[in-house]
Amino acid sequence: MAGIVGWGSYIPKYRITVEEIAAVQGQNLKAIIDGLGLTEKSVPGKDEDAATIAVHASRDALKRAGINPKEIGAVYVGSESHPYAVKPTASIVGEALDIGNEYTALDTEFACKAGSGTIQINAGMVDSGMIKYGLGVGADTSQAEPGNALEYSAAAGGAAFIIGPKNGSVATLDFTASFTSDTPDFWRRALQPYPAHAGRFTGEPAYFKHVLGATNLILKKSGAKISDFDHIVLHMPNAKFPERAAKILGATPKQIEVGLVVKKIGNTYSGSSLLGLAAVLDVAKPEQKILVTSYGSGAGSDSFIFTTTNKILLVQKEARKVSEYIARKEYLGYAQYLKHMEEIHK
Amino acid sequence: MFRESPILRWRGYNDRYKLKGYKCRVCKKVYFEKKGLCPCGSIEFDEIELSGKGKIAAFTQIHGAPEAFESKAPYCVAVIDLAEGARIEAQVVDCKYSDLKIGTDVEAVFRKFYSSGEKGAIHYGTKFVPKF
Ligand SMILES: [Zn+2]
Repeated sequence: MAGIVGWGSYIPKYRITVEEIAAVQGQNLKAIIDGLGLTEKSVPGKDEDAATIAVHASRDALKRAGINPKEIGAVYVGSESHPYAVKPTASIVGEALDIGNEYTALDTEFACKAGSGTIQINAGMVDSGMIKYGLGVGADTSQAEPGNALEYSAAAGGAAFIIGPKNGSVATLDFTASFTSDTPDFWRRALQPYPAHAGRFTGEPAYFKHVLGATNLILKKSGAKISDFDHIVLHMPNAKFPERAAKILGATPKQIEVGLVVKKIGNTYSGSSLLGLAAVLDVAKPEQKILVTSYGSGAGSDSFIFTTTNKILLVQKEARKVSEYIARKEYLGYAQYLKHMEEIHK
Repeated sequence: MFRESPILRWRGYNDRYKLKGYKCRVCKKVYFEKKGLCPCGSIEFDEIELSGKGKIAAFTQIHGAPEAFESKAPYCVAVIDLAEGARIEAQVVDCKYSDLKIGTDVEAVFRKFYSSGEKGAIHYGTKFVPKF
């Protein structure tokens, strides 16, 4: 199968703490931190949106891939906060990357797994010989209604992956598997500014059923054991869900440690599991096995098994690491935070 | 300076989206925007990629912004000397006015400029942030 030839990430500079939000909402800070396992989240700048985040991450992916952008034959951008309802984010990314005109492009949407699906599409296109390289992005500036529980975690960020021939890749894609069902756990109706969710129903029948379903399926398909993996990334709506899912799968805290970026940036939706994968690639050594499972409400999960190659060491330094974006931060008060959120959806 | 038409904006994508520069074939001077005639007398230019790295040559803070930028005010605007020699005027974001100095290293980022009202097109392009 195809492989990853370059990856890039981006997280906006601004943060708001869970403490700041809990104080305004008059809620119990300890209960929230215990429930979610995160202490702050990223907030986009007033002039950032899913398109600008996608461009930023894609430019870094291009630096690491070291290819001529004109060789990219497909651009797919997954998000649930595409700036336009009609007019693709993908063509904005293609233009900003100077890909030319000879490429196919689409925006994708499947709650938080709109980005991971682009890796499967591109891998299929590369393997069939339709394209040489394909760019896939997951990027979001997530919406949450002030006062809603989602406000503590809905964050902004994204990651981009250029998929190409196995030969020359930094990580080969060895297996992929998906698990999908019609499950009404979380949605946003057309023209509504904020999503709605089914409270506790988002747990067992939604996140856990699909994440465990896809992961168990890929383990069966590949014959791999959970202990075979150096790194495991599971979608991160908060820190508690992936920690619990990992435990059920028999994974150790050490296996999920590097990819668990949610604690300091929150849930970046379409960017979430992909930022976890980018953080792993940033520091991975050659010949390491990586397991990634995304989750999108509605509901479905995509699982991937990657093996890093020697080439990864040559490109890790070519662009910024996820950890550098996490370290760069400026805290906002609640009033400033609201101004940022109003502005980006204008 | 401030164009409402999405078509006029679209014609500027090469400069503003991709940060292309134009190098005089004779004296090798680099310009950010396409020129008809170089002061050296040449009319021939080659399109080049600008790295987006530069230093602040002059800067100011805008308080009374045009309507489309009102909600973003106050914001910083600077004249930036790019590494390749071209000069560009652009917004510097993700910083406070007090963070900037003449000589501050900056790098190009892709950001939203403004939306043409609630129903109009969204305009994007290059701004700068202090190097981090
Ligand atoms: Zn000249």
